[in-house]
Amino acid sequence: MCREGVHGMNIVVCVKQVPDTASERKLKSDDSTLDREAADGVINELDEYAVEEALAIKESQGGEVTVLTMGPDKASESIRKALAMGADKAVHVTDEALVGSDGLSTSYALAQVLKKIGFDLVILGSESTDARMGVLAAMLSERLGVPQVTLANKVEIDGTSLKAQRLTDYGFDRVEATLPAVVSVVEKINEPRYPSFKGIMAAKKKPVEKLAVADAEIDAALVGLAGASTEVVDFADAPPREKGQIIKDEGDGGVKAADFLASKKFV
Amino acid sequence: MAEILVLVDHVDGEVKKVTFELLTLARAYGDAAAVWVGPGYEGAKDKLAEYGAGKVYVAADEELTSYVVAPKVELLAQLVADKSPAAVFVAATGEGKEIAGRLAVRTESGVLTDVVGLQEGFVGEHSIFGGAIVTHAKVTKGTPIIAVRPNSAAAEASPSTPEEEQVSVTLSDAAKGARVVEKVVQEKGERPELTEAAIVVSGGRGVGGADNFKLIEELADSLGAAVGASRAATDAGWYPHTFQVGQTGKTVSPQLYIAVGISGAIQHRAGMQTSKTIVAINKDAEAPIFELVDYGVVGDLFQVAPQLTEEINKRK
Ligand SMILES: Cc1cc2nc3c(=O)[nH]c(=O)nc-3n(C[C@H](O)[C@H](O)[C@H](O)COP(=O)(O)OP(=O)(O)OC[C@H]3O[C@@H](n4cnc5c(N)ncnc54)[C@H](O)[C@@H]3O)c2cc1C
Ligand SMILES: Cc1cc2nc3c(=O)[nH]c(=O)nc-3n(C[C@H](O)[C@H](O)[C@H](O)COP(=O)(O)OP(=O)(O)OC[C@H]3O[C@@H](n4cnc5c(N)ncnc54)[C@H](O)[C@@H]3O)c2cc1C
Repeated sequence: MCREGVHGMNIVVCVKQVPDTASERKLKSDDSTLDREAADGVINELDEYAVEEALAIKESQGGEVTVLTMGPDKASESIRKALAMGADKAVHVTDEALVGSDGLSTSYALAQVLKKIGFDLVILGSESTDARMGVLAAMLSERLGVPQVTLANKVEIDGTSLKAQRLTDYGFDRVEATLPAVVSVVEKINEPRYPSFKGIMAAKKKPVEKLAVADAEIDAALVGLAGASTEVVDFADAPPREKGQIIKDEGDGGVKAADFLASKKFV
Repeated sequence: MAEILVLVDHVDGEVKKVTFELLTLARAYGDAAAVWVGPGYEGAKDKLAEYGAGKVYVAADEELTSYVVAPKVELLAQLVADKSPAAVFVAATGEGKEIAGRLAVRTESGVLTDVVGLQEGFVGEHSIFGGAIVTHAKVTKGTPIIAVRPNSAAAEASPSTPEEEQVSVTLSDAAKGARVVEKVVQEKGERPELTEAAIVVSGGRGVGGADNFKLIEELADSLGAAVGASRAATDAGWYPHTFQVGQTGKTVSPQLYIAVGISGAIQHRAGMQTSKTIVAINKDAEAPIFELVDYGVVGDLFQVAPQLTEEINKRK
C-alpha cells in the first residue's frame, strides 16, 4: 500500500471536463466531435462526488489524492476546481492525437496513465453529462485487472478492505473487495464541498503534470479519431417539439387534462 | 445468417420486456440467440421461444452472478470467440452498459451505448444533449456491441423452438474481485416496471411528503402506469431511489409521461425528455417543465391530480 515517500493511500480521481449542461451543446460539422468552443466547459458535476469521496477517504485513511483528466488545454479549469476542493496534485493528459477518442480508446489512454502513476484506489463519477456512456469505470477495471465496484452510494474502506453498496435496477447489492480497486460513485453518496477561498488560492500552487501520449506510453495509433472503433455517420438537430397547450386551472383542470388524454387515446 | 447474441435481462428468472425488444431487433438483422446467465431458465424458456430466440445459450452456474459484472463479460467474450456472432445486444441499463463496456475492451470491439434505434449495418441512433441532437453511429472495429434503451423497439412475438446449448466458462481470478455478498430487491409491487412502462406518472417536491405519494399512485393506477419520482422526492425519502427518473436515475421513454409537482431541472429532463407525450401539473407557470409539455395545467396538484384520477376512472 505505501509507496516510498507517501504515507497512506494513493487515490486517483478521474474527472472529465464537459460542456455546461445549461448552455447550448453542439457537435462540429467537420468531424462530428464535440464543439468545445460553443459551450462553457465545467467539471462533470458527477465527478465532484468522486472528488468528495476521494477527499473523505483520504481524511479517514491518510494518503494523497491525484486528479487525472484527459482533455484539451481548457480542461485545466476542471483540474483547478478539483484541486481547490482539496486534491493534492493533478495529471493532465493532453495531446492533439487524443482528439475524438471514443470509449475504448479513452479507457486505454487512462489505463496507461494509471499504470504509470500507480494507485490503490481509482474513483470515477457514474457517468459524464455529455456522452453519458457510463462505462469507463468498468472498462478501467477490465484493463487494470482489479475489482470493479461501481455505481456505489456507500463506500467503506478499512486498510485494504472495501465494502460498498452498489445501486441496481432492483435495489442494491452489498459488495466486498480488496484494494487496489476501481470505484464509481453516484450522486447520493455525499455532498461535495465548496472550494474555500483558501482552497482556491492554494490550488494555484499545486503541481499539475502535463503528459503527452508519448510520455504515458500511449500508442497514438490506438487513440483519437485515427484509432477509433466507432464512427459517427451523421447527425442533425432533432425536430423541435411542437409547442404544447398550457391552461390555467379554473377548477376543472383535471377534467380538461382528462379530455386531452382522451384525445390522445390514453383514456 | 449470422447469430446476434442477446443477453437476457432478468431478475431471479423474471425476464424484462426489453429482452423481447432486443430479440425482435436481432431477428431483423440476423438469427436471434439468447444468452441466459444464472439460475431460473426453466421458468423463462417459453417466453424466449415466444419472442423468436432461435437458440439459447444457457449458463446456469450461480457463480456467474456472485460477482460484479466481470463473470458475465467473460462468458460473453468466450461466446464471441466461439460463435463469431454478427453483434452483441444488451439492455442499456446501468449494469447492461457496464457489461457492454467491459466486453468491448475484452474483445477489442467498438461499443455504442444508449441506442434508441437501429438500422442496417448496425448503425445506431442516439438522442444526445437532452434530446437536442440525433446522431447515427456505427462500430468500425471488432464485433459491434450495442446497448439499446428499453422502449426503443416494439417487442413482436414470433414463436420458435429454440435449440438449447449449455455453456460454461472458467472464471479468471480478476473476474472474482468484487463479490456480491447480498442482493437486496426492493418492493416492486403490482405496477409495470418503470423503464418498460407505456405510461409513467412521476411526483416531485411539490407532492410534499411520503403519504401524499398516494395521489401519484392513484393517478398512475387509473392509467395502468408506473410511478416515478424526482431526485428531490427520492432524496427526501418519500419514494425509493429505484424510482428516480433522471440523469442519475432511470431513463424512461414512455408513450406518456405525466410530471406532477416537478420543476423540470436539466437533470430530471435528461431522464424523460424522449417521452412521446408529456403532461405536467405545476402551480408555477414559469416552471421549466412547461417548455417540454404537450399539455400543461398550471394549478395546485392537490386539486388537479385527484380530479384527473377521478375523471379517468369515470371514463373507463
Ligand atoms: C454525445 C457523445 C456520444 C458519444 N457516444 C459514444 C459511443 O456511443 N461510443 C463510444 O465509444 N464513444 C462515444 N463517445 C465518446 C466518449 O465521450 C469518450 O470516449 C468519453 O471520454 C468516454 O465516455 P463518457 O464521457 O461517456 O464516459 P463515462 O463512462 O460516462 O464517464 C464515467 C466517468 O469516467 C471519467 N472520465 C470520463 N472521461 C474522462 C476523461 N476524458 N478524463 C478523465 N476521466 C474521465 C469520469 O470520472 C466520468 O464521470 C461519445 C461522445 C459524445 C460527445
Ligand atoms: C449531480 C446531480 C444529479 C441529479 N440527478 C437527478 C435525477 O436523476 N433526477 C432528478 O429528478 N433530479 C436530479 N437532480 C436534481 C435536480 O437538479 C433538481 O434538484 C430536482 O430534479 C428537483 O426536483 P423537483 O422538480 O421535484 O423539485 P423542485 O425543483 O423543488 O420543484 C418542485 C416543483 O413543484 C411545484 N409545486 C410545489 N407545490 C405544488 C403544488 N401544491 N401543486 C403543484 N405544483 C407544486 C413547484 O412549483 C416546483 O416547480 C440532480 C442534481 C445533481 C446536482
